Amino acid sequence: MSIELKNVTKQFGGVAAVNNVSFNVHEGELMALLGPSGGGKTTVLRMIAGLEMPTSGDVFIRGQRVNDVSVRERNIGFVFQNYALFKNMNVFKNIAFGLKIKKWKTADIKARVEELVKLFGLEGLEKRYPHQLSGGQRQRVAIARALAPKPSVLLLDEPFGAVDAKIRQELREWLVTLHHDLNVTTIFVTHDQEEALEVSNRIVIFSRGRLEQVGAPREVYEQPANEFVALFIGVMNVLDTEVRDGIARIGELQFAAHDQPDGARLRIGFRPYAVQVSADLTLYPYRAVLRHTFFLGVMLRLEFELHSGLKLRSRMTKEEYAQLGLEEGREVSLQVRNYRVLAKENGALPPEKDFSYQQPPMIAENI
Amino acid sequence: MAGNVKRKVIGDSHRKSQRGTEESPVVKWVLISIALAFCLVFLLLPLANVFAQAFGQGIKAYLAALTDPDSLAAMRLTLLVAAISVPLNVIFGVCAAWAIAKFNFRGKSLLITLIDLPFSVSPVVAGLMFVVLFGTNGFFGEWLQDHPLHLFGREYAIKIIFAIPGIVLATMFVTFPFVARELIPVMQATGTEQEQAALTLGASGWTTFWHVTLPSVKWGLVYGIILCNARAMGEFGAVSVVSGHIIGQTETMPLRIQGLYEGGTAASGSAAFAVASLLALLALVTLGVKTFLEWQQAREYELAQQALAPVRQDPVFQKPEDFR
Repeated sequence: MSIELKNVTKQFGGVAAVNNVSFNVHEGELMALLGPSGGGKTTVLRMIAGLEMPTSGDVFIRGQRVNDVSVRERNIGFVFQNYALFKNMNVFKNIAFGLKIKKWKTADIKARVEELVKLFGLEGLEKRYPHQLSGGQRQRVAIARALAPKPSVLLLDEPFGAVDAKIRQELREWLVTLHHDLNVTTIFVTHDQEEALEVSNRIVIFSRGRLEQVGAPREVYEQPANEFVALFIGVMNVLDTEVRDGIARIGELQFAAHDQPDGARLRIGFRPYAVQVSADLTLYPYRAVLRHTFFLGVMLRLEFELHSGLKLRSRMTKEEYAQLGLEEGREVSLQVRNYRVLAKENGALPPEKDFSYQQPPMIAENI
Repeated sequence: MAGNVKRKVIGDSHRKSQRGTEESPVVKWVLISIALAFCLVFLLLPLANVFAQAFGQGIKAYLAALTDPDSLAAMRLTLLVAAISVPLNVIFGVCAAWAIAKFNFRGKSLLITLIDLPFSVSPVVAGLMFVVLFGTNGFFGEWLQDHPLHLFGREYAIKIIFAIPGIVLATMFVTFPFVARELIPVMQATGTEQEQAALTLGASGWTTFWHVTLPSVKWGLVYGIILCNARAMGEFGAVSVVSGHIIGQTETMPLRIQGLYEGGTAASGSAAFAVASLLALLALVTLGVKTFLEWQQAREYELAQQALAPVRQDPVFQKPEDFR
């Protein structure tokens, strides 16, 4: 076990930024801390680093309780969101800084820096100063600097936040390769669920300082532990239904709910891919009209309107779209293949925004 | 065709909007002339006049005026006062700027206001404050008189007002905003992340300050120091109140200039200008150093730009924000 948090709480002026959070990070894992802004994920990362002290609870690194160990002695590598390179030092000196502090021999420092420069593709840039580097290069220098003293864990705060979309994709792939090659335990913070799903081995999802779920990308996507996770990860159709005669109903849509009493309200959610569409109007139980088609590259997102005015989102490949002979305004039949109950209550359901996030997360449409 | 026409229209409107943000040439030249004329009348002419008057009695008289023992004493005192007050102000300025830029605490805005206080208090009032505190009938003055310092078996009466310590105190009071004022914006712009990065790499607070913080604010610091020095050497009002004008002992250069000028004779008048020419020279040197520092920064930036050439296509290239 590389890192363990036990009932960690952090309060800022009486407000709990992190509330009773516990989770483990295994040796060699690539872990994502995911959540909307203000969710507490960066605070968790900074507590692992020792840049913040927990108000209560314990942090362990390799079995050792580090609450009282200063940031200097924790042997962690930390990469700041804006990289925080030493602007008065060139690339070589930036990477060598931690080694000099640890009093390495000059020859060893040179060898280590050269090794990292090569590994990170920074050859020829050793004499450059941070302001002479591109965003991607700066990030690589920052990671090289953090890794130089051979830390037991690498912590990255929003590592892809400060670069533009095209380079972000390259950096993601590069980080995965790097992690694979070096096998150092790595934790990174992100608010982008797509990034977390794509890059990490496991994801810890936070909202409002609470831990919502820990799991592999596939787990949190397919078996979200609660409504927040279900809505935060990927796109979902959400419907508030009312149960009558063992069936949850809204408009003409019906979902089985045998164990529910009449009058119960269920919030039902399903992914766009669960909506099956046919050009044969008699094949599926519901009739709907295609209102909008959104182009997402290989995939298309479609918005259907049922007769009752309900709108559902579906998705399909361009080939399927062509096969069905679809176009906007065309009538189809559809069904919902699978769905999950997000919330249930015998009284009125709370309004959606109440348990949602304060700031809408960036929802990637191509999930 | 339609596309072409459209593009042309866009191009024209773009050009027009650019021109729209500029004033007409007449306004431009009028403004420039006013600024130049102002500088000429109020700065360059008086400065030239100082040198003209200084050499009015010939170069021999000029040198004699400068090598007069009392004038030399005034120069020594001025240098001494600057040598004491400038380093102390640097220490204070760095501490204050650090506290303001890197920490949040109660009373921070009060501290910022207090730092600016010497700018808003008349130097004469500042001098009088010290007289009230340390004068013979002052708060601490009486106590100091009753408690002489015993050192190496001898007794020293500590005198502050009408003595060098008072001059140093008054000079420090009027100059203490200079270093802090220059450093605060630079330190605020730098933020605390570089220091935190150094900490995560195992650096101690002192190493971090020496290798990370100080180099990143060095130009601001040097700039603050030369401004502080110029003011420390040139201060008249506050020093005049506390000095007592003892010729050869508590007269700084500005006081010496005034004393000579009020001597009334043609010789003492030109001697006054001779000493004044040194202060004017100091001003020119300060200006020169300032220009050099700015040029140095610009050159670093230029070099950075050149070194950047192969990278510049990179879409994520960002301009460094820290150049003025």
